[in-house]
Amino acid sequence: MGYRLGVDVGGTFTDLLLFDTSSGAFWRHKTPSTPHDSSEGILNGVTAICAKAGITTGDIDYFLHGTTVATNAVLEGKGSRVGLVTTEGYRHILQIARSFVPGGLAGWIIWPKPQPLAALEDTVTVKGRIDAEGNEVRPLDDADIRTQLGLLKAQGVEAVTVSLINAYVSGAHEVRVGELAAEILPGVPVSLSHQVLPEMQEYERTLTTVANAAVRPVVGRYVSNLRDRLAAEGMTGKLSLLRSDGGLMSAQKAEEHPVNILMSGPAGGVTGAIWVGRNAGIRNILTLDVGGTSTDVALIENLEPRRQRTTEVGHLSVRASALDVKTVGAGGGSIAYVPELTKALRVGPQSAGAVPGPAAYGKGGELPTVTDANVVLGYLPENLLGGTFRLDREASTKAVQTIADALGIDLMAAARGIIDIVNENMFGALRMISVQQGYDPRHFALMGFGGAGPLHVNAIARLLGAWPAVSPVSPGVLCALGDATTRMRTETARSFSRLATQTEASELIAILAEMAAQTRGELLSDGVPEDEITTEFEVDVRYAGQAFEVPLTISADVLEADGIAGILARFDAEHKRLFTFNMDTPHEIVNLRAVALGRALDLPAAELPKGDGNPAAAKMRDHTLWMDGREQAAVIYDRALLRAGDVIPGPAIVCEMDSTTLIESGCVGTVDAVGNILINLA
Amino acid sequence: MPATIVQTNPVPFNRVPIDPVTLDIIENALRNARIEMDATLVRTAMSPGIREQGDAFPLIADHTGKMIVGQFGSFIGGFLDNFDGTLEDGDMIFLSDPYSVDGAISHSNDWLVLLPVFKEGRLIAYTSMFGHQSDIGGKVVGSMPINARSIFEEGVRIPPVKIWKKGEYNDDLMKLVMHQTRKPDWCQADLNALIAACRVASRRVIEMAERFGDDVYVSATQDLLARNHRAMQALIGMAIAEEPVSFEDYICDDGMGYGPYKIKCTMWREDGKVVLDFAGTDPQSQASINFFLNENMFKMFFGIYMIMVFDPQILFNDGFYDLIDVRIPEGSLLKPKFPAALSGRTHALGRIFDILGGLLGQKTPEFLNAAGFSSSPHLFYSGNDARPGKKGEWFQLFQIGFGGIPGRPMGDGPDGHSLWPGFTNVPNEFLERYFPMRIERYECAADSGGAGLHRGGNGIHMTYRFLSAGTISIHDDRWFVPPWGVNGGEPGQRARKVLERADGTSVIVGNKVEDVEVEAGDQLHFITWGGGGWGDPLARDPALVGLEITQGLVTAEGARDYGVVASAAGVVDAAATEALRAELRAGRGELPLFNYGPGIEALRSACESETGLAAPIQPVWPHLEAAE
Repeated sequence: MGYRLGVDVGGTFTDLLLFDTSSGAFWRHKTPSTPHDSSEGILNGVTAICAKAGITTGDIDYFLHGTTVATNAVLEGKGSRVGLVTTEGYRHILQIARSFVPGGLAGWIIWPKPQPLAALEDTVTVKGRIDAEGNEVRPLDDADIRTQLGLLKAQGVEAVTVSLINAYVSGAHEVRVGELAAEILPGVPVSLSHQVLPEMQEYERTLTTVANAAVRPVVGRYVSNLRDRLAAEGMTGKLSLLRSDGGLMSAQKAEEHPVNILMSGPAGGVTGAIWVGRNAGIRNILTLDVGGTSTDVALIENLEPRRQRTTEVGHLSVRASALDVKTVGAGGGSIAYVPELTKALRVGPQSAGAVPGPAAYGKGGELPTVTDANVVLGYLPENLLGGTFRLDREASTKAVQTIADALGIDLMAAARGIIDIVNENMFGALRMISVQQGYDPRHFALMGFGGAGPLHVNAIARLLGAWPAVSPVSPGVLCALGDATTRMRTETARSFSRLATQTEASELIAILAEMAAQTRGELLSDGVPEDEITTEFEVDVRYAGQAFEVPLTISADVLEADGIAGILARFDAEHKRLFTFNMDTPHEIVNLRAVALGRALDLPAAELPKGDGNPAAAKMRDHTLWMDGREQAAVIYDRALLRAGDVIPGPAIVCEMDSTTLIESGCVGTVDAVGNILINLA
Repeated sequence: MPATIVQTNPVPFNRVPIDPVTLDIIENALRNARIEMDATLVRTAMSPGIREQGDAFPLIADHTGKMIVGQFGSFIGGFLDNFDGTLEDGDMIFLSDPYSVDGAISHSNDWLVLLPVFKEGRLIAYTSMFGHQSDIGGKVVGSMPINARSIFEEGVRIPPVKIWKKGEYNDDLMKLVMHQTRKPDWCQADLNALIAACRVASRRVIEMAERFGDDVYVSATQDLLARNHRAMQALIGMAIAEEPVSFEDYICDDGMGYGPYKIKCTMWREDGKVVLDFAGTDPQSQASINFFLNENMFKMFFGIYMIMVFDPQILFNDGFYDLIDVRIPEGSLLKPKFPAALSGRTHALGRIFDILGGLLGQKTPEFLNAAGFSSSPHLFYSGNDARPGKKGEWFQLFQIGFGGIPGRPMGDGPDGHSLWPGFTNVPNEFLERYFPMRIERYECAADSGGAGLHRGGNGIHMTYRFLSAGTISIHDDRWFVPPWGVNGGEPGQRARKVLERADGTSVIVGNKVEDVEVEAGDQLHFITWGGGGWGDPLARDPALVGLEITQGLVTAEGARDYGVVASAAGVVDAAATEALRAELRAGRGELPLFNYGPGIEALRSACESETGLAAPIQPVWPHLEAAE
């Protein structure tokens, strides 16, 4: 055993968490991010955290990293220039996309037209056609392909993607185009859609393959730069990146398939929450990750997060597994305003961001934000613990007063109104991932993290009826904690699209076995020992004709024992839970997936010293805040001084380096054995 | 006789004051409930029309039937006035007959369920949703015969009946209904989906009432209605003049050789209210292109267009209805008399939005969009699947196509996108897997978007190769009267359909045709219209025009409409461009606000040569007076 270092690079801060796997002790550190070259901030952090722990860089066995480098490359259009080869007649596949215009009736009037990820002038078509059964309808014409690839070469593309119609059934034509591309554009990386994503739906497969190609060089440069700099500092440990689906992959694999790390950032928080839950004995968790401009929510059932088959990045929906994380444009920096026309109170989605930021930050922001409302109400004390900056309460008051005036209510009511509205927005997102999916939130705990999660978690738990509200240890660096504590994972997927009545279990088992061998091979090549690899299978089933598949997890022996009928019975039960009805329609087996997992790490958290239940020793000072329509006396505590078993009656505020926990009146917080604060109704 | 509402708890709701924050929270919660309705529907529906294309519309109404959330306005008031029966706890209403709900649904394909929501013996809300069924029986596959002479030819008509009666499911009724359709499996799944969506919303409403209290919830719905009323009052005062403005546009034809049909609307402000008067609209058609336009629905469209600009986060509701007076002449295309056929109403429905845009933007050209909301092109293809292993099983496809989005103040119109909310195309690989067809081409039709400083979006050129003999029907419009440009922009190109037979011959087919036989190997080129252009095309950056040539969006020939001289490779000749632009500028007069193209008579005389189709014949209405 040894040291695992989790590193999460955010827009403002780089968070680090160093975990001693033998003792469960950990150290955390926050350092400003360095957007021009993230590795600089990372190295600053690595040096600092090693010093705190008294180890050298060489002692780190695993460097585990969540990064938004791929996400930003897509969002900011900084990916490489990708040339796209597609089937004759389909040149505008990325231009037409799915024809969808967001925003409801008349939404088209104000919808900005996005540019295709591979430019149209860099998109060419080739003759030749495969049909839906995989048969060749028209042959390829090598001369034609050479001409078209010559055009791409002249355009100066940096990568080539080949995505042909029906390639999910037969990749033969793509392979040939790929061979010629390698010949005509030597040194230019080539990707084939049937290898990246062997699934039906030409737009999604093409987009995913292009996105992968576009971010590959960016991620490659990022990883090699980071690897070199860490090596120069004496690090010999293994470098892995966090996948969108919450597993880890070697940095090398991430370079090849960066499309799998597009949602690396939000995934860290969820995996961190799982670690916290495991140690706190809480298995069903709703997560609430409140940042400056947005909030991410996710559902964890029995310590397994829900996953989905698409990754949403900006306006693009890419086919790669990701944790089912919903994002709402509501965070600490969300701006409150009152439209002249309706005199309604609106909060967000516009955000003051880091600059100019909330009025309280004194960086030039004047518009009232959620943070300002928290300051006005006394939920965010002006003097943050270890705080290098003071919050400007006067500026916050002035900003929130504008809302009070516009609504004709008093200052405190306006401030609480802003909080209530933003809480309601987050509540709405949580409902979508729980109630809407057939889960009762009352069977879940709500865990708030990120800078402002613990400020809102109590109020939202009340709305959901999800108790306890949990403020985990180190809520400000939970993503880094998640990076450090999750396990290796890889998966492969395939379209199957066949009626269940026409499918034999033996046939399914054979295909799944082949897929399993592929994923195990990937983990083996990443250095995971054979005996630590476990395999899981997922089968997507629907009633023939439906658009929505229900993913079912199965194992080979269950499939052998229960046959296809066993899967279908599980599908019917799940469909009923989700949608309240079943049908007589035949079942269709849509997609197959094999998942290979590395060993689940048993990483216990370090226990706090036991207290006598009285938190007085941690008390910093008395305080007043505004709650339930009146001013109330409250106490501010220093989280670092709390002991296991301490019971904190609300209203109270618990401060730490980078986060503030609010315990509301009528509630009580209990410190558990490892330092999580569990808030329940008194 | 109006409906009798049976409440076991006679205590009326108490109107209580609501603080603004609670009001906004309830508004939010209602918005979320509506999103849940959509999500539930899409996941469980089965027909491609609903599940892939999202052709369904939800609504939550207050206890009096006024819409609190939704897009198409409430029909419940009208329904209650006409429903001769009781409404009780455990009831659910099911209907599809437009004539029984004042056109709230506009053809029999739209199945609607209405769930009165009771809480402790009191009616506290209604939830409702309707969705387009792919087939409800009748004379043609897909149940939208363009040549129907009456609604009786358009499949099963369901008057308001109880699918659930005091908690008991009416199995016999559903057997009877499902017996009428060619696709009972789709219909059953889609109906289940509509019901599940309404039930989800009703649970949310009850939860809200439990959370805030019944009186608070009900009062909040009334305050939300009042808030819309106030907002609209202010907007009307600001944006609508007392001096009348008029706008007119056309449906190209009725599929029977007659056309175009004029829709005209005049708008003015009078005593603080807006009057929208459709006097001057042509009388009803003998075929099925009639659009039974519900006044409330039109009020909602109007309101959405107005409010979109000022507070897009507002939840549209019925609160402002008494500020708008919609007048539709009886017996006109928009208010046909029973039993007029209605199934082909999509063209007029689309055209209504172009008319709204033209009306509202006339006085404020900077907010004016070009035309393009022109139709919802349909293709039907059915037969017995002759592919190996398919055993000749019956198939039927109903697909909605998309055209070009108009040039807009904010920029170019997107190519080949949907103007309808929530619609998406069906993946071609999906079509090829499940239907005997191959999609040989799915690209933008270059040059089809109207030239302008902001180009209109291009339409789509989609080529279907049929792999089984079968029957096709096509419903499209904007093939005769082009989508207009604005502020100097040119009109977009018109829609075309060409059938290329397996033997190599080609025929131009009409844009509204029924029951055309096709053979395996035949190809149908289904080409949709482009959006109108916005602003002076001669002001568009020549480099951008050159780039769009290399992108296959504009041709070198089409570039001349922008005054740009360029090679087929997109290389712009700067000097020649300058010269051409100077020549074009000199030869044209002042740029018109609207560019409708050459006008109906000129279109008519050039029709055969330009479109390959006979010009539509001016309709005459022997037994009906012009609706004026």
